Amino acid sequence: MAKKIEAIIREEKVGDVKDALRGIGIVGMNIFEVKGHGRQGGITLAGRSGTYQIDMLPRVQVNIILSDHNVEKTIETIRRAAKSEDGGAGDGLIFVFPVEEVVRIRTGERGTDALKYEGDIDARLARYYAPPGRKTEAESESKPKAVKTPGKISRFFIKT
Amino acid sequence: MGHINSGDTAWVLMSAALVMMMTPALAFFYGGMVRRKNILSTLNLSFIMLGLISIQWVLIGYTLAFGHNIGGFIGNLQFIGLTGVGSGPSLAYAPTIPHLSFALYQMMFAVITPALITGAFVERVRFKTFLVFALIWATVVYDPVAHWVWGIGGFLNRMGALDFAGGTVVHVTAGFAALAFAMVIGARKGYGKTPMEPSAIPYTILGAGLLWLGWFGFNGGSALAANGVAAHAIVNTNTAAAAGALVWMMLSWRDDKPSVLGIVTGAVVGLVAITPAAGFVEPWAAIIIGGVAATISYYAIRLRQRTRLDESLDVFACHGLGGTTGAILTGLFATKAVNPKGANGLFYGNPKQLAIQIAAVAIVAVFTFVLTFVIAKVLDRLMGLRVDENSEEVGLDISEHGELASA
Repeated sequence: MAKKIEAIIREEKVGDVKDALRGIGIVGMNIFEVKGHGRQGGITLAGRSGTYQIDMLPRVQVNIILSDHNVEKTIETIRRAAKSEDGGAGDGLIFVFPVEEVVRIRTGERGTDALKYEGDIDARLARYYAPPGRKTEAESESKPKAVKTPGKISRFFIKT
Repeated sequence: MGHINSGDTAWVLMSAALVMMMTPALAFFYGGMVRRKNILSTLNLSFIMLGLISIQWVLIGYTLAFGHNIGGFIGNLQFIGLTGVGSGPSLAYAPTIPHLSFALYQMMFAVITPALITGAFVERVRFKTFLVFALIWATVVYDPVAHWVWGIGGFLNRMGALDFAGGTVVHVTAGFAALAFAMVIGARKGYGKTPMEPSAIPYTILGAGLLWLGWFGFNGGSALAANGVAAHAIVNTNTAAAAGALVWMMLSWRDDKPSVLGIVTGAVVGLVAITPAAGFVEPWAAIIIGGVAATISYYAIRLRQRTRLDESLDVFACHGLGGTTGAILTGLFATKAVNPKGANGLFYGNPKQLAIQIAAVAIVAVFTFVLTFVIAKVLDRLMGLRVDENSEEVGLDISEHGELASA
C-alpha cells in the first residue's frame, strides 16, 4: 500500500530537496517548520553582552505519502539533496511509516489511486515502459499538463 | 524683563516633540527584547506613561518640580494645574520662550523616566499595581529630584551639581529604581532554566534608532535656546552614541561575534552617558564618555547575568551606570569654554567639581533606591506586584490585556 516519509532536514536544504523530489516526479508534499535537536546538540549565539546557548534548532520537516515501490528511490533522493557539504552533524533524519488508508476528498478515490497525479513518478515510469507509438492511459485521455517546476532544477535531477 | 525669541521658542517646541517620540521609541526598544507573549504588555508599560504622567505633570508634577522653592527640597503649589504658567516667559527658567513651552518640554522628561524603569520588571508585573507605582514614584521621587537638581534653590543646584539634560534626574533615578524594583518583585518564572531570549530584535533596533534621533531634542533642547550650546550638545550627543556603538561592537566581537542587539545597546548607553555632559564638554570628550560608559555597562551586564537578580532588560547597567558614569565624567571634562553657565571640571583646574558630581549622584542614587524599595514593598503587600503564575505562563498580552500582538 502506501508509506509516509517524514524527513527532518536543514532549513537551507529545503529548496534543493524540493527540486530533487520534483525531478523524480514526487509532486505532493507538506512542509513544517520544527525545532529540535539530535546528536548535534545546541549552538552558540551572540547576546547583548557575551554569548548564550540555544539547544532547540530550527529545522524543516517534509511529509510525503507515496506508494511502497517508490519509497527507496525517494529516500535516496532526499538523502543526497539534504546532505550538507561540510558533512557535520545536524543534517537530519528520515523516518518511514506505514499508511493504512488514503482518501482523496474531491473524488473519493482510495488507496494508492488517491496518490496518483498527472506527470507523477508512476506516470513517468509508465511512459518509460510503454511500447513506442502507444500512448499511456494518462496521455491518451487528455494532454497532460506539464508539472510546473521552478526555473532552477537542482543537480540531483534524475532523468526518467 | 524677558523677551520671547521666536527661534528659541520654535526649537524648544520642536525638541518637546522629539522627546515625546522617545517614549514610544523606548517601548519598541524594550518590546523587542521580551518573549512574543509579552510584547504588547511591554510596549504598553512605556506608552501608557504618555497618558498617566502627562496628566500628573499638568496637575501636580510641574509645580512640585519647578514651583517656588521650599527649603531646598520641593517646589510649592503655585503652578498647580499649570495655573499661572502662561504664554509669557519664565524669568527664572527660560527667559526667552513661553513658560508653557518649558513646562511641556519638561513634561516629556517626566513621562519617559518611569517608562525607563519598566525594563526591570517586564513579563511579570501586574498592570494595575504598576500604574499606582508610576504615579506615586513620579510624585515622590522624580518631581523632588528634578527640583533638587534643576529647580532654582534646589539644594543640589545650589551645591553646583551639573546635569545638563538629566543624566542624574532621569537616568540615575530610573536605573536605581529599576534595581530596587527588580529586587522586590523577584525573577521571572523559570528564570535561568528556560530561555528568555529577545523575540524581535528588529523592534529593538527601530526603537534605538528613534531614541538616537529623539535624543537630539533631549540634549539639544536642554539649552532652552537655539544657540551654540544647543549645537554643542547635539554634536556631543551624536558623537557619544557613535563611540558607544563602536566600543560595544568591539567588545562583543572579542567575545564572539558583533551582536547587533549589542551595537544598538552601546549606542543607547553612549546617549545616556553624554546626557549630563552634553552642553558642558568638548566633542573629543564625548568620545571618551561614550566609550567608557559602554565598557562599564557591557561588563556590568555580564556580572548581573551571573547573579540570580533578574533585572530583566538591564536598566540599571545601561541607565543607572551609564548616567552615573556620565555625571562623574562631567566633573572631569566640563569647561566654561563650551558653556559659560557651566563650570570647569578637574581637567580644567577645578577638582571640587568632581567631588560635587560624585556627591550629587550618590545622594540621588541612595534616595531613589531606598524610596523605590519601600514603595514597591508596600504595594506588593497591598496589591501584589506580580501576576499569578498561570497568567505569567500564558503571557501578559492575554492575561492582562486580553489581546494578541498578531492573530
